[in-house]
Amino acid sequence: MYKSKGRKLGLFILMKGVRMATLLVAICFISFLLVKNSPIDPIQAYIGADMLKVGPEQREKIAEYWGLDQPVMVQFLSWGSAVLKGDLGTSMIFRRPVSEIIGERFLNSLVLMIAAWLLSGVIGFIMGVVAAMKKGTWIDRMIKWYCFTLASTPTFWMGLLILIVFAVWLGWFPVGMGVPAGVLSENVTMVDRIQHLILPVLTISILGVANVALHTRQKLIDVLASDYVLFARARGEQGFVLFWRHGLRNVALPAITLQFAAFSELFGGAVLAEQVFSYPGLGQATVEAGLRGDVPLLLGLVIFSTIFVFVGNLLADLSYHLLDPRMREVRKL
Amino acid sequence: MIPSLKNANKRSPLNLKQRTLFKILISIVFLAIVILGGVLLDEGRIVTNLNERNSAPSLKHLFGTDWLGRDMFTRTVMGLSLSIGVGLIGAIGSTLIALFLGMAAATMGKMADRLISWIIDLFLSVPHLVTLILIAFTLGGGFKGIVIGLTLTHWPSLARVIRAEVMQVRSAEFVQVSQKMGKSRWWIALHHILPHIAPQLLIGFMLLFPHVILHEAAVTFLGLGLSPHEPAIGIILSESMKYLSSGMWWLAFFPGLCLLIVVRTFDQIGENLRVLMTRTHD
Repeated sequence: MYKSKGRKLGLFILMKGVRMATLLVAICFISFLLVKNSPIDPIQAYIGADMLKVGPEQREKIAEYWGLDQPVMVQFLSWGSAVLKGDLGTSMIFRRPVSEIIGERFLNSLVLMIAAWLLSGVIGFIMGVVAAMKKGTWIDRMIKWYCFTLASTPTFWMGLLILIVFAVWLGWFPVGMGVPAGVLSENVTMVDRIQHLILPVLTISILGVANVALHTRQKLIDVLASDYVLFARARGEQGFVLFWRHGLRNVALPAITLQFAAFSELFGGAVLAEQVFSYPGLGQATVEAGLRGDVPLLLGLVIFSTIFVFVGNLLADLSYHLLDPRMREVRKL
Repeated sequence: MIPSLKNANKRSPLNLKQRTLFKILISIVFLAIVILGGVLLDEGRIVTNLNERNSAPSLKHLFGTDWLGRDMFTRTVMGLSLSIGVGLIGAIGSTLIALFLGMAAATMGKMADRLISWIIDLFLSVPHLVTLILIAFTLGGGFKGIVIGLTLTHWPSLARVIRAEVMQVRSAEFVQVSQKMGKSRWWIALHHILPHIAPQLLIGFMLLFPHVILHEAAVTFLGLGLSPHEPAIGIILSESMKYLSSGMWWLAFFPGLCLLIVVRTFDQIGENLRVLMTRTHD
């Protein structure tokens, strides 16, 4: 019995993997074509400020060095085979391997995103539960209003507001950057890093709660309308005990799934928050690559963010298979 | 307005419908004022005026002035009407794509369905903002880049809704009968399916609007969207970043708040339309 369950799960993951592979190949191909058709000249991006010092001959040399004089298909093949080997090329603006930059930036972003993810998940869940338990009261209406308003709030504006209030007016936190300016990297302490992390995390979390809260509220309202809750109420259970015994398990799972499935928005939020607070993460790298025409870095980031979103969706699917006892029951039949 | 209200009253004693209609009307009037304001406001108010630089909000300059003495209120209203315009183009384009692909997926056989759902997955598997940055990069930024990017990226969720809806209508008896009577696919699509999904389409369109506007502002803010000469909200906010640490909070606060209000208004219209349409459909 157990074996067949494991096999089914394995098959499921395999199918997901195959689908992901086709999508990833397509995305590599499409984004490569898109980037190659850009009017932004990669050689220009490479040369940067030394534009006047570089003659046409040197330009040709640079193009040859980067393989930019080859036909697009040849370029794609050489890039594609490099990607398969795990080498994403060399970033033109950082002059370092793309995989190295992504790895380093991802660590920064990961801390930011995990913190925001947990915080928004927990707060959103609690808000949703409170709203549903107090359905129809002013608390419920307040939370609903707050969530709907948040859904229309530009992330970067929220970041700016938080920056104005906490960094400029109150002066509690530094204005930006991942680490203090003018301090050697080995002298940067953990406290410094956390201090620079709080405001971006706050920005993403404040906006991230809306989805989970509204979803949880709706689910819990459905649960509270069920027969078993009616029976529990008839036995005299109410308030927190009622929620703890009959509500929590039923609404926690959809909330977790939703939170995993929101990795795409999390990434988008991180891009904007990192830009506002000039936090050196993946998002900022994406914007810089886009603005300054760093083709290898941009492509690497597209692929990486796709994998990131895929992992989120996979975790969302798996959380159902692994955490929900009802899924196991169905299998046995 | 009045006759339609009376009419609604006769059909159902519900007050909800009137209230909803009223809310929609107010929202539309508000948006119309913003758009008109953007068109009619004097360009002269945003020329450089160095005598009135960096002044805080006052009665003369409701939202204050920036470091070149330009009136922030005028810039904001102009930016809003620009945002609404871009949002309109993007939302219409996306809705059309969603309509076309949703219909095709539901009516053109299994292969088309698979292909289209694969394309939808393709678009949903890259973070939205990254896709927008990629497309903006491809087209070299600017108005064209942002509009095409917005149009090409907002349709997937709506296409799914439309596909499901069309599937439902398609299996209905009257459509089956119509097919047996030899009506062509086009005729059925136009006369049976389209009227049925029109409400969904309208609601979907209105609910796309806020997303499109917010994404436009975000991409412009990042510097990959509209050019810095345009009075866009994203530009205003990204410029304001340089001046925030010197305490000029009004540069960021009011434009963003206005954007929030406009987006929320669109969202409200969409939600109210949904209430209205699902009511009449029951």
